[in-house]
Amino acid sequence: MEENIKIEIKDFSFLYHKKQVIHNLNLKIHKNEITSFFGPANGGVTTLLRSLNRLFELNHDTHTKGDILIDGKSIFDPDSSVTELRRKVGMVFEIPAPLPISIFDNVAYGPRLKKKKSKSEINDVVEQALKQAALWDDVKDRLKAPAMSLSGGQQQRLCIARVLALQPEVIMLDRACSGLDPISTAKIEESLFQLKEEFTIVIAPHNVQQAIRISDRAAFMLMGHLIEAGTSDEVFGSPKDQRTNDYITGRFG
Amino acid sequence: MKPMKPSARTSEYLAKGMIWAAAMSVMIVLVAIIVYILIKGLPVLNFSFLTQNPYNMGRSGGIASTIVGTLYITLVAILIAVPFGIGTAFYLAEYTRENIITRIIRFSAESLAGIPSIIYGLFGFIFFVIYLGMGWSILAGGLTLAFMVLPTIIRTSEEAIRAVPQIYREASYSLGATKWQTIIKTVFPSAIQGIVNGIILSVGRCIAETAAVIFTAGSVLSMPFSLFDSTRTMAVHFYILASEGVSMENAYGTAALLIILIFVVNVGVNLLVSRFINKNQKR
Repeated sequence: MEENIKIEIKDFSFLYHKKQVIHNLNLKIHKNEITSFFGPANGGVTTLLRSLNRLFELNHDTHTKGDILIDGKSIFDPDSSVTELRRKVGMVFEIPAPLPISIFDNVAYGPRLKKKKSKSEINDVVEQALKQAALWDDVKDRLKAPAMSLSGGQQQRLCIARVLALQPEVIMLDRACSGLDPISTAKIEESLFQLKEEFTIVIAPHNVQQAIRISDRAAFMLMGHLIEAGTSDEVFGSPKDQRTNDYITGRFG
Repeated sequence: MKPMKPSARTSEYLAKGMIWAAAMSVMIVLVAIIVYILIKGLPVLNFSFLTQNPYNMGRSGGIASTIVGTLYITLVAILIAVPFGIGTAFYLAEYTRENIITRIIRFSAESLAGIPSIIYGLFGFIFFVIYLGMGWSILAGGLTLAFMVLPTIIRTSEEAIRAVPQIYREASYSLGATKWQTIIKTVFPSAIQGIVNGIILSVGRCIAETAAVIFTAGSVLSMPFSLFDSTRTMAVHFYILASEGVSMENAYGTAALLIILIFVVNVGVNLLVSRFINKNQKR
């Protein structure tokens, strides 16, 4: 099974303004699976996701200990490129964050950043990404329309398409469905099931039910500590830790 | 005895009325000024007034050379002030954290904004005209005005840049953009409306400035041909015509054209920008 490890988090700690928000976390994330990090607010999940693509570096006064390996290589290696890392590990935010440009330009944003690509290459990438995100049929006639004109669910799928256009290896979704209606959420979850054939998916679900619905593996985080991790059946079926059990049965949260 | 206290409903009406009255009186004053000047000035405006150079000290002839002088000086000032202003704004908003240096820059800019324009004129006269030997010229005038509007451009641009939602930056970075790419492709287009507003404000101040220009560009009436020629701007022309009693009609004609020019710049640039924005960012 070892060859199926995509990301390895090793003794990872995160400090923000000298306050420790992740404590010595160890975990392996598997290829072609949906791994969800769930738990109540302030559990460190968002910080962990923002660590995987080093987006936390936009904030000041942050400090990390330990290491994160992707395909066996440290993402903190000073020789590695952070922009390459972010293309490899795409991220979808909690609030749909389309840029204030057209639908097409949003999806083409990533591909256009890197070297010269011909117009037809870009067109192909955009079309394929929109199809993978199940948005193509909705927008194919109005690619030039502003992205802000889409509904919330469409905007979030646009953000997924935008990540797919990077041709990434890992896709992270940070509570990406929290503001969406059940139909939009179902569409996105359906897309995720197909996308995991090709990608590694890391998700912070917005509630336990979503975690149960879509996870292959799950990790329960509480106040910056990883309490329990394992396959979906293990964690949700027979949690070993009392706190995990209490949280998923709704006793606290 | 209790003091009289108006009911909630009465005070609501009272407040509404006072606010309405304030807005209306401002509008009436504004419109009155513009209408008055246009009534006095428009009859003078005709083709030959716009195309002929003034002669006999402006008593007769047109104001062609002053129009050219005004546009020339404004162009020089804006071309110099805009890149430095926007550059400084991006430095303050994107490239540094709050520290002693940013505070000094911001404090300097704010102090500069409060200095009367005639002080800029004096500085420009001593530094550009005399010390650097530019003489009374469009270049010296333009440079002086550039200094004068720089604080406005820095402040409005910085505010516009800071108003760009942080999530846009994060989205851009998360797609693998570098800082420069993020600024050029995302932050700048989102901030352009605010930045342009600052530039329009500055253009208006350049066109309307007198004190700083008399000291640095002089008041020669002939048509300027190079950056090193002295010139007289429309505002200066108006000032001299009116204050020395040369020709009130021509003074009002010049004033009317000034107002129209500022109006045209305002509307024109706004149309241009909203078209650019409509293409992309309309929500």
